[in-house]
Amino acid sequence: MLETILQQRYMLVAVILFTIGLCVLFLHPNLIKKIIGMDIMDAAIMLMLATGGYVEGRKAPIITDGVTEFTHYINPVPSGLVLTGIVVSVSMTAFFLALTQRLYARYRTINLDEILIQAKKEVK
Amino acid sequence: MPFVYNVPFFSIFLAMIVGICLTLVKNGRLALRLTMGVAGAIFLLSAWLFAELARTNTSYIYLMGHYPAPWGNELQVGPFEAGMAAAFCLMLLAALPGGRRDFLRDIPQGKQSLFCLFINLTLASSLVLIYTNDLFTGYVFVEIMAIVAAGLVMAEGRGRSIAAAMRYVSLSAVGSGLFLMGITITYYITGHLLMNDLGQAIRALFESGEYRVQLVAGMGLMVIGLSIKSALFPFHGWLPEAYSACTTMASAVQSGLISKCYLFLIIKFICRMCSLEILLELHITDTLFVLGLAGMIYGSLKAMGEEESRRMIAYSSVAQVAYIFMGIGLGTLHGLAAACYQLLAHTFTKPMLFTTVSALVRVGEGSDSWHDLRGSALRAPLAGVAFSIGGLSLCGLPLLAGFAAKFELAAAAVDQGDKMLFTLLALGASSVLNSMYYIPAMITIWTPPADGQARPRPAVPAARDWSFVCSTLLFLACNLALGILIGPVMGQLLAGIVRV
Repeated sequence: MLETILQQRYMLVAVILFTIGLCVLFLHPNLIKKIIGMDIMDAAIMLMLATGGYVEGRKAPIITDGVTEFTHYINPVPSGLVLTGIVVSVSMTAFFLALTQRLYARYRTINLDEILIQAKKEVK
Repeated sequence: MPFVYNVPFFSIFLAMIVGICLTLVKNGRLALRLTMGVAGAIFLLSAWLFAELARTNTSYIYLMGHYPAPWGNELQVGPFEAGMAAAFCLMLLAALPGGRRDFLRDIPQGKQSLFCLFINLTLASSLVLIYTNDLFTGYVFVEIMAIVAAGLVMAEGRGRSIAAAMRYVSLSAVGSGLFLMGITITYYITGHLLMNDLGQAIRALFESGEYRVQLVAGMGLMVIGLSIKSALFPFHGWLPEAYSACTTMASAVQSGLISKCYLFLIIKFICRMCSLEILLELHITDTLFVLGLAGMIYGSLKAMGEEESRRMIAYSSVAQVAYIFMGIGLGTLHGLAAACYQLLAHTFTKPMLFTTVSALVRVGEGSDSWHDLRGSALRAPLAGVAFSIGGLSLCGLPLLAGFAAKFELAAAAVDQGDKMLFTLLALGASSVLNSMYYIPAMITIWTPPADGQARPRPAVPAARDWSFVCSTLLFLACNLALGILIGPVMGQLLAGIVRV
């Protein structure tokens, strides 16, 4: 049991971080904390992806000293996915922050519940 | 390779490149015309591809840049995918002119071109989601779609629309996170990202019994993530505001295109990767079936209590999306094909309801509430007729798209044991509930207001809005075609699903 936990420690940490991020994003009304939650969630997934491609004792997949044998390098696909994922995550964060700034300028609060109540009153 | 096989590639890049070029166009009307031109061109190209593939009964793999995966990217194209792309473009071609007048009024002049950029990016993303064979590419474009969808919602710049966009983005980010986690877990245990390879690996794992927990977690998270994005009950919280707090064109594109692409991705994911047997064994289809039944009733009940017209139509969408999940939850090929039929029926009905109700609001007493829409159909008869036909279609009147979809869903449920009884009961109850809010709405719009309460008619009648007329006639024609041509459409959908 302990051996399995030690073997899967990165996976375990990633799952714990993902759960924390998900709960904050889903449940917290503070918009900045929501964004932090989303970033923690994304980072957890990146960690999981990166560890999925990592092989103990091998190097980053950049050809050095003319060694082209693939057994010297880690799996490059998850690293590529992590890079793409980071770009997507940064875009979402930037968009989220821009929306937060617009809402703060209008309602002088970053509490989503209060913003929704004020927006509803605005309609009436 | 025949030239026509390049159509998916050209379609995606045409929408993207024209969209980016629109940032240089200052005139909103011109930007909208160019966007309609793109939708029209892609519709014609997709219809050509569909005709060729249906005639030769083939599907093919298209390597982007001629590099095989994982270096390049793969599209898988058959008549099913090409037909769906054509249908979505046709819907867009009808929805854009239908919402044109509100677009010119609601969107600030300097931002109209950017709004059209978002429409083009939505179209490009939807085409990628339809054609892609790569799960991670699917994720990237799901995220792009989420950002542009939120941009469409908030484009009006009102507090309410920005708040609705924020709520949409928050829940959408939860869906994306779960979807990506599902992809990661599945990649962890299979080592594949291409849907066909994943399908073989998942079947092998399922038969060997290895990694059962991870398999259930991976597939379950992917389905839940996409369900949140397509507003399955109880994850529908973002939908009513996102559909009702934005300009008409955004409501139409959201309801007719964006949510449908996620649903199409779920159907493709089931057909190509999981197979219905595995999902049945893991009880994923049963869960979707139960949530679908609950959503059908809940959406209709909430719609009945809504005083605001666009929110009522939005809640009705919750019920209509639930029909699709119920069809998927039946766990048969016929059920999946019926779900696709419902998807098409809703694609051509809901945007029509949004565009027509906005036309009624324009001639009403000033607000979205039903009280202020009393007698509005008498002042805008075409909008009134189209709204009534759309409403009756969703209630299940024969010869209309909604009836055909319900008929196929009921037929798919026959011989499905307990599911048959629940499906028929839910279809009946939901149809009655639909009638209980659409028929009073129709009576309201066709009933003249009491003396002295009516808005005075303008001395000079407004010029006829030909864009709206063309849009409404196109929607009505598609609705009737789907209601009458049940056999051929269903035949194509069944054949397409088997091939996928």
